[in-house]
Amino acid sequence: LALASAMPLAADTAPQDVAFGEYGSIETPLSDTAGDPEKGAEIYADKGSGNCVACHAISDRSDAEFQGTIGPALDGAGDRWDEAQLRGIVADAKKTFPESMMPGFYKTSGFIRPGDAFTGDAGSEPLPPLLTAQQVEDVIAYLATLKE
Amino acid sequence: MASALVLALSSPAMAQTEPEHTDPIVINGGEVEMQTAVPAPDHLEGAFDQIYSGWLFRDTETQAMQLDDFENPGLIFVDQGIDDWNTVEGEAGKSCASCHEGIESMEGLRAEVPKVNAEGELWAMEDYINDCRTNRMQAEALDWNGGRMKNLTAAISMQSRGMPMNVAIDGPAQPYWEQGKEMYYTRFGQLELACANCHEDHYGDWIRADHLSQGMTNGFPVYRLKQAALVSQHNRFRGCIRDTRAETFAMGTDEFRALELYVASRGNGLPVEGVSVRH
Ligand code: HEC
Ligand code: HEC
Ligand code: HEC
Repeated sequence: LALASAMPLAADTAPQDVAFGEYGSIETPLSDTAGDPEKGAEIYADKGSGNCVACHAISDRSDAEFQGTIGPALDGAGDRWDEAQLRGIVADAKKTFPESMMPGFYKTSGFIRPGDAFTGDAGSEPLPPLLTAQQVEDVIAYLATLKE
Repeated sequence: MASALVLALSSPAMAQTEPEHTDPIVINGGEVEMQTAVPAPDHLEGAFDQIYSGWLFRDTETQAMQLDDFENPGLIFVDQGIDDWNTVEGEAGKSCASCHEGIESMEGLRAEVPKVNAEGELWAMEDYINDCRTNRMQAEALDWNGGRMKNLTAAISMQSRGMPMNVAIDGPAQPYWEQGKEMYYTRFGQLELACANCHEDHYGDWIRADHLSQGMTNGFPVYRLKQAALVSQHNRFRGCIRDTRAETFAMGTDEFRALELYVASRGNGLPVEGVSVRH
């Protein structure tokens, strides 16, 4: 099931076809269906998909037992960035923040020793993206609700 | 305006939260006392001023287990390693003790490995042990990650408990050290994370429930509560690289020997902890 959900749908923009703007943003949604903020909130904290909470904290997310301190707190992220910028940050943060520690969630090739998920074995590129096009849209719909 | 904003935010967020205290590790009520913070070696200038034992980043219960040799679960394996040291095995009819006598003769070794041998190859402690087993005892080589090997490395490490790590990085060791350094800063895997991202830029931070240390190796082999077993350095490296969604290296490969040397050199000055306890 996990594998099936990572398969790109025909209507989605494939990872290699994503067009980034000069400062790393992505204007066009990656899927046809609008993002669902509730699903995005789940993906944000889900260890098996987004796991954004490993590195970030959001003050009203007391449902996530441990929140990370690697990246900035995301309270107010929806004020600081528009959707195109958020889409770019989630898809490939290094286009916005060069050298960032944040992984690219819609990136499938160009890795050093790419692995097969967490097995430690070799994987072959293109790897399935960490999030599907729809999941990226869901997450940015959620981030857009984070206003101060 | 937009570009200025992006520029201001684009410097990598580096937290480096210093430990709240740097109490020494005091074992058995004062029998052994080990510093947990010492000045960083010169080659880390610009990265660290102080280097810290991973012990400082563990919770108090885990820390306490290392303060008493009866509470430290790793010490059972040290005893088993000493038994093995004294056991005759192989065609030559010898034990380690037949040639080296008491295991105290290994004092100081742990602080200096990995090191370059007479043939110019970089050897870890495991390599020295297997060399003696195969060439001098005519016995089978031990599996790098097997219980007997870990018990022996634990028993030998204990003989250097408290001595400062002091691996050589110059002369014949230098090319290996450079190779290990290159690996340390390489962003492996689909998550594109280097050792340095976690252990240099973000020690003291939380990556979800994990409190990041500087990733030092002076405590190895480590008794890891999560695995309820001794863990070798190469096994730890393998786990950290696997967690970046990368193809790891195998234990006992030249790549991991080089990485072991480089990581050990980052800890030069920190005392050998013998067998430490981590969660
Ligand atoms: C391994 C760590 C890590 C993970 C996992 C991670 N991030 Fe980040 N993130 C960072 C860092 C570090 C920054 C700061 C940017 C930089 O590198 O300069 C950042 C920046 C951001 C920003 C902009 C910061 C702001 O509020 O102005 C957003 C939005 C963001 N991340 C969202 C996410 C989302 C959503 C996920 C999961 C799908 C995620 N991050 C996963 C490390 C991470
Ligand atoms: C037949 C004799 C003999 C036996 C048996 C033997 N060793 Fe050795 N060992 C040596 C010699 C000789 C050296 C090399 C000393 C040197 O080069 O300085 C050595 C070196 C070593 C070293 C490297 C020490 C250093 O300072 O570089 C280690 C570690 C070691 N042996 C461990 C063991 C262990 C563990 C066993 C049993 C499993 C064992 N040895 C059995 C003779 C022996
Ligand atoms: C995604 C983050 C991450 C990366 C990348 C990473 N590690 Fe770790 N490492 C951890 C965590 C979490 C722990 C357990 C907590 C601690 O001791 O820091 C750990 C523990 C360690 C330890 C044990 C420290 C002790 O005192 O027991 C060593 C050694 C280590 N790492 C070395 C490395 C090396 C070498 C690399 C690169 C090949 C690396 N790590 C890459 C997260 C990481």
